[in-house]
Amino acid sequence: MTIDTNRRDFLLRSCSSLTAVWLSTHWPALLSAATHARAAAQASAPTKLQFFTPEQAKEIDAITARIIPTDETPGAREAGVSYFIDRALMTFAIDDQKVYREGFPEMQARTHELFPTLDKFSAATPEQQDEILHSFDEQAAGNRRPYRPRAAAQSFFDTVRLHTIVAFLLDPDAGGDPNGVGWKVIDRERQHMFQPPFGYYDKNYAGWQPVSPSDKAKS
Amino acid sequence: MTPEQPKYKTSDEVDFVVVGSGAAGGIIAKELSENGFRVVVLEQGPYLTEADFTHNEIKVLNEDLLTNHPKLQPNTFRKTPNEKAKAQRALVYGRLVGGTSVHFTANFWRLHEIDFVERTKLGPIAGTGFVDWPITYADLEPYYTKVEWEIGVSGLAGASPFDPPRSKPFPMPPLPTKASGVIFEQAARKLGWNPFPAPMAILSQPRPGRSACINCGFCLAFGCEVGAKSSSLASAIRMAEKTGRCEIRPNSYVHRIELDANGRATGAAYFDAQRNVHLQKAKAVVISANGAETPRLLLLSANKQFPNGLANSSGLVGKYLMLNSGAVAVGVFDQPLNDYKGFAVSRILHDFYELDPHKVGFYGGGGIDARFDITPIGFANGGLPPGTPSWGKEFKHTLAHNFTRTMEVMSHGTSLSVESNSFSLDPELKDAWGLPALRMTYKDHPDDMKLATWLNARALELLDAAGAQKKWSFPIEEQQFAVHLLGTCRMGNDPKTSVINADHRTHDVKNLFLCDGSSLVTSGRGQPTMTIEALAFRAADRIRGLAKRGELTA
Repeated sequence: MTIDTNRRDFLLRSCSSLTAVWLSTHWPALLSAATHARAAAQASAPTKLQFFTPEQAKEIDAITARIIPTDETPGAREAGVSYFIDRALMTFAIDDQKVYREGFPEMQARTHELFPTLDKFSAATPEQQDEILHSFDEQAAGNRRPYRPRAAAQSFFDTVRLHTIVAFLLDPDAGGDPNGVGWKVIDRERQHMFQPPFGYYDKNYAGWQPVSPSDKAKS
Repeated sequence: MTPEQPKYKTSDEVDFVVVGSGAAGGIIAKELSENGFRVVVLEQGPYLTEADFTHNEIKVLNEDLLTNHPKLQPNTFRKTPNEKAKAQRALVYGRLVGGTSVHFTANFWRLHEIDFVERTKLGPIAGTGFVDWPITYADLEPYYTKVEWEIGVSGLAGASPFDPPRSKPFPMPPLPTKASGVIFEQAARKLGWNPFPAPMAILSQPRPGRSACINCGFCLAFGCEVGAKSSSLASAIRMAEKTGRCEIRPNSYVHRIELDANGRATGAAYFDAQRNVHLQKAKAVVISANGAETPRLLLLSANKQFPNGLANSSGLVGKYLMLNSGAVAVGVFDQPLNDYKGFAVSRILHDFYELDPHKVGFYGGGGIDARFDITPIGFANGGLPPGTPSWGKEFKHTLAHNFTRTMEVMSHGTSLSVESNSFSLDPELKDAWGLPALRMTYKDHPDDMKLATWLNARALELLDAAGAQKKWSFPIEEQQFAVHLLGTCRMGNDPKTSVINADHRTHDVKNLFLCDGSSLVTSGRGQPTMTIEALAFRAADRIRGLAKRGELTA
């Protein structure tokens, strides 16, 4: 069963018949970005890029592959992240085009500055690539909440980092990677309806009981 | 699906125009239309339905699918009145039919008796506008019960030893217990505290046209796709529409309340979707636009009679803003909780609802809950322990390990009312319609900061008792971002020290009523929507009484 089917079944079961009309006319642009990304990642022939030049796509692929690397589990590359970003920059992230345009030469210059024999990030070894990215990494880890105000201007690397995470973790049934690679990596089951018990700690839970006076006295 | 509605002409003088369709506006529209009145609800946002809702974090959280948009409606912030405010996103609210009740978490605590009379018990607090309410818990209790039964709240009566008296049990049992709830309950009991099933405005049993919760986990910030969350959209608005006397008019941005020569409100002027201006005439006006937009609308409606803002003879419109204090502690456990399943909260405790200032050294009190309210992208950006790299191998491994093993323990508490904390009109910044933008001025009272720190220490104690592998908490900082919008047109008996009376009628304009978070006199302990809705049921009752007695047209 495809993910689309899952999602549509879910919505159709729970909502009005207008849903079908809505689905066919308003399915988010993100879904198109994600479908494109997955197809592109699996295609043997080169995929038509919409924003990046082939050279830029190669650089983005190399950067995102260090942000979420492939190891014993899949990473950004397997989730088609660079293709997602390419399409995103023509749709929901169109305002970020400038950040990317200005970021590529900056990345190239930094690469050359740190490793004078190199002109391209993608030509560096993984260890060298990490060193280059660390030099851009101004973002302190943690402590960001969804509703905290965000900085108005983000650096190129921070923008790529954020877009990589979005491409990797966006709900696969709501515009994210249709194969759900990211959700598999974080063990997020790909469903929208669950029944308890949900996890290890509630498996044998007997239900809420009032505290007896004797228990109260012990505590 | 939207049922057939009446289409009133703007020149028709309907009985009531209600500004806003959220937690309060929806209920007031329902109650008034069910009692035979002709009602037009003007909602600035679109009319979305369950089919429009999505789990797409980018559309919802970054593109503001359901909320006020910072590009269309920018705002400014400053800590004190002496500073020049800077452009900065300072608040979020639901901007669609159903308002903030569509995207809220659905924690539904009643206030306790003490909330209404605490000033009398404790005495004054210097530098604050700390006062009693003009009504008591007993006055509001029947309306809390109406909310639970008519709008739909799940919970277990009598489970908390600190609960105030209630006239009826909950209409449906609590939602299932999440792993975070079990961990919280066991740890709290070890510490001698009294955890209990969280009352939630989410259906545990189906109702006509609405599904019981399917545990999808996308509650906070998201609209419910099956109508299980008891938003105004899923409940009160639908009931109002069924009367055939209520028109919900979306994309209608009210920017002025008009008065006649006798000082009576004649209707609401609004921009439609094409930015044409209309005036909907009405015999009486109810503003339920939320604790930021209600005072803003009054300030925008200044005229010769009210040069400082409509119904603002007290000078208090927009003042005494309260946001609720709070803190978040986070724990990671050995085994998977899978707390992304379900809803946000299944256990809370109210042992610290009323702290003794003589013992702790500050005013305040609050509740603590067990929750997981972060969706995957948000989690990757804000849910990992401090010091975790934000990219690379260790980032990926920590993300993969922690996502299913993390829970939050969140504290919610009082905010003291400070007059300089406020919403006002920014003198320079304009919104996309050319109207003055909202300016927020806010600095937490020192006691609010002490309370948040104290409650957070209990939350960390609980995570220790629970055996968390790792625990940490977010820094407790002065707030610069508002979600709960409370107290800005406070209720009271004295026209010099309040904006509305106990009937929600403005002291200054006899056929103008205000009801939403702005009506609150004290902040409660952190979950205001239940009280806003109870106030709305009560306000509608009072307004109906006044109308039936002919007091609105006199």
